[in-house]
Amino acid sequence: MKSGPSLRGAEQAVSLAASVSRRDFLRGLGTTAISTATLGAESVAAELRQANSEKPQGPGGAAITLSINGERRALMLEPRVTLLEALRIHAGLTGPKEVCDRATCGACTVLLDGVPVYACMILAIEAQGREITTIEGISKRGLTPVQQAVVEHDGLQCGYCTPGFVMSLTALLKRNPQPTEADVRKACSGHLCRCGSYPRIFSAALAASRAAVAAKI
Amino acid sequence: MPWPKETRYLGKSAPRVDAPAKVTGRAKFTSDMVPAGLLYGAILRSRWPAARIKSVDLSKAKSAPGIKAAILAKEGEFDINYYGQEIAAVAGASRQAVLDALALIVVNATPRPFVVKELDAIKPDAPSVSAGKPNLGFGQAKNSGDVDAAFASAAAVIEGNYSTPIEFHHPLESHGHTVAWEGDEMTAWSSTQAVFGCRTAFSGALGVPQNKIRVICEHMGGGFGSKFNPGAEGILCARLAQAAGAPVKLMLTRFEQALAVGNRPSSYQKIKLAADASGKLTAFQLESFGTPGFSSGVSNAGGSGGASFPAPYIYKPEATRIKQGSVAVNAGQSCAMRAPGHPVASAGIEAALDDLAAKLGMDPVEIRLKNDPSEIRRREYELGRERFDWKQKYHKPGATPGPIKVGIGCAGAAWMNGNRPSQCELQANPDGTVEVRIGTQDLGTGSRTVVQVVAAEMLGLELSAIDVQVGDTSFPFSGPSGGSTTTVSITPAVYDACENVLAELKKASGIDDPRGAKWKEACGKLRNMPLRVIGRWREGLSTGGACGVQFAEVEVDTETGFVKLRKILVVQDCGLVVNKLTCESQINGGVIMGIGYALYESRVMDRASGVVLNPNFETYKLPGAADIPPIDILLLDMPERGVIGVGEPCTIPTASAIANAVANAIGVRVGSLPITPDKVLAALGKVPPAVRDATATLELSNAFATVAALPAVARNTTLS
Repeated sequence: MKSGPSLRGAEQAVSLAASVSRRDFLRGLGTTAISTATLGAESVAAELRQANSEKPQGPGGAAITLSINGERRALMLEPRVTLLEALRIHAGLTGPKEVCDRATCGACTVLLDGVPVYACMILAIEAQGREITTIEGISKRGLTPVQQAVVEHDGLQCGYCTPGFVMSLTALLKRNPQPTEADVRKACSGHLCRCGSYPRIFSAALAASRAAVAAKI
Repeated sequence: MPWPKETRYLGKSAPRVDAPAKVTGRAKFTSDMVPAGLLYGAILRSRWPAARIKSVDLSKAKSAPGIKAAILAKEGEFDINYYGQEIAAVAGASRQAVLDALALIVVNATPRPFVVKELDAIKPDAPSVSAGKPNLGFGQAKNSGDVDAAFASAAAVIEGNYSTPIEFHHPLESHGHTVAWEGDEMTAWSSTQAVFGCRTAFSGALGVPQNKIRVICEHMGGGFGSKFNPGAEGILCARLAQAAGAPVKLMLTRFEQALAVGNRPSSYQKIKLAADASGKLTAFQLESFGTPGFSSGVSNAGGSGGASFPAPYIYKPEATRIKQGSVAVNAGQSCAMRAPGHPVASAGIEAALDDLAAKLGMDPVEIRLKNDPSEIRRREYELGRERFDWKQKYHKPGATPGPIKVGIGCAGAAWMNGNRPSQCELQANPDGTVEVRIGTQDLGTGSRTVVQVVAAEMLGLELSAIDVQVGDTSFPFSGPSGGSTTTVSITPAVYDACENVLAELKKASGIDDPRGAKWKEACGKLRNMPLRVIGRWREGLSTGGACGVQFAEVEVDTETGFVKLRKILVVQDCGLVVNKLTCESQINGGVIMGIGYALYESRVMDRASGVVLNPNFETYKLPGAADIPPIDILLLDMPERGVIGVGEPCTIPTASAIANAVANAIGVRVGSLPITPDKVLAALGKVPPAVRDATATLELSNAFATVAALPAVARNTTLS
């Protein structure tokens, strides 16, 4: 069974912690003694009662509604289907790539409420009620400054990791329009590129930031 | 060389033609193909590293929910040689259904004893990996001159042990195929470095005529030498699709990638090297062994024949005594990997050369200038030395004060780059647009863009006027993309097609020189019938023999053992540069792969279970964003040499240069790649040697003695 959302960086942890799902909560019970201690025994019992009263999903298909790139998609999926599989196989969005299937490479990165996350580490059923943005979602009206810069700087070779890098850099420039190279490297630290395009991915990100800043002036 | 001297695109920087499709997610890779009615395939793999399979019962799997086909990898009884070998395969409506069904397959097997480590497999009482055959069969020998006399009269002699790990290719797109049948015709979308090679292999394995098979690879997510044929997974995928009567996609998982689709063989090298007082090499002696997997002593797909490698690589001491063995272990077979044999060879000899230079009190660049037979590389060392401020930075090994030690190192490399026959088809349309179709493939090297650049240059057109299609066996034949031969093979064919189309167009239009400004007018006279010509590879436009040298600067924390890269300088010759932008990207990639080889990557096998312990990226460390130093690339543009491939030569010397820089920093040699912090601390004597290390040392010297005593077969290594 997959574990819950992958948390990368404190910022993301804060934003995702806002909604504690049943799965997150139960996992917390299993692994983090501190969280149970702070919650207090009474509250734990109440939460457990509520959790156990939820109707179990599966093992067959469950009706799942996802909001992807601004469109609502109703899908019938087994609860064990990951968000990545739901996107690639069931929603026909093959931009996010499956490489490691365990949160080490970043090729499946999508934005969940604007925050980059590994789609292989989230169950589709958990992503309900969140706004999911894939590479296709940001590419509807020509190339973005990040995409344009990656093309011009040749920040790619085989291109399999590229959608993931583009998503993380897009989120980076949104929260920090003028990043340093160290910021760029940090934003890319959850991604792997086996062709070794890093130097030009970094220069593309910095160029995109300069272009975006210049465009606003 | 007849290439134009004044150029508009050739040798300049054109953006990758497929980049917009790749940055938007529009590019469809093999793994993205979804033909109507697609089923998912998966393979049941052995969990025994060695066993005799008696029978396999597929009945429960076949009747499981959603399952449309279940097949055996082999009929009857057969042997398992490694953990991960294919036993059966299943196709069904969803990945979940297939994974559930795999668990229902019943295998009746008799496990056998196994051995997964090289040093264990060499011991006399080791289990035989192939029944009745020794794990270490014979040694490949190459001798010249009077070695003993040369060592006896040398001014300096060093002896050292050097070793290199098993390295995984780990292309980000895993190995896999999507196969669809229509009657007796088969279409395969393959993640491959050779569409025609795949077609030949599919045809042979399935007994289907070649003209009934089409292999397509529009985009593929990396190969690095591991994707020249369909593999067992491709054949199983095609058979599943046939059995199910529906298209099947079978992409391997990262775990399977580590078990069964190839790797770079390991090496243990015992080197003795001698020079006279001037630093001129006089004698070289090598005993080496490594493992190419479960089958040794045969010329496998490694490109280097088992686990042997060119020695003494680029150097030519008069007296040599070489004995190389390959030892079988119960593990997945090696195959070609980016410059097969060369990084392995380089890691040994370049380290030994620096150790010898240190003993002689010589500068590492000077000893190379003295001994490197290549005029081009000697020039590159001179250029690189200036650009790197070598003379200012160089110090005696270990001379930096304080706990953070700084060091520099260098190394050189050669690559032969043969060429392969290649054809292409060029069509000029009445509106002046051009279509070029060629049965090569673009692995991310930019071959599509290279075709566009050459056609636009030769026809005098804008890049955007040229549409390029690759990766389809319905296009004219081009060979596999390996051996750094792609650019070398396809650019002459495109050149030839351009000459042919210009000649035809001149006839058809009556315009004397239909290039550039006159092109559209000339095409307009085609009366709505496109003009199509064929181009063929021809002599005189491309060549081989790439030469390159690299310099590395590192800092080593002697308290933690951590190596930090400060800078890499590449001085690379690849003849006429076709597209500078993608050429430099390839060089960045070669260097970064070399960084992984130097510092991070190594397959770890478990003695007890025979399984690969570090299949995925959290334990098999690839270089990441934090690990990349500034990479300075100096391209030696030599148009007079014609086109030369660069993909492999640029990865060869990186690890050697880094290892030499580490030795220069800390004053002792870490002879074993990857140079991890524990090895640095052990070399510095900061951690006591483990008991197993002492045992390993004894085992290693016994192993080298065994190799030295092996019956010999002649090895004929030629290296330009």
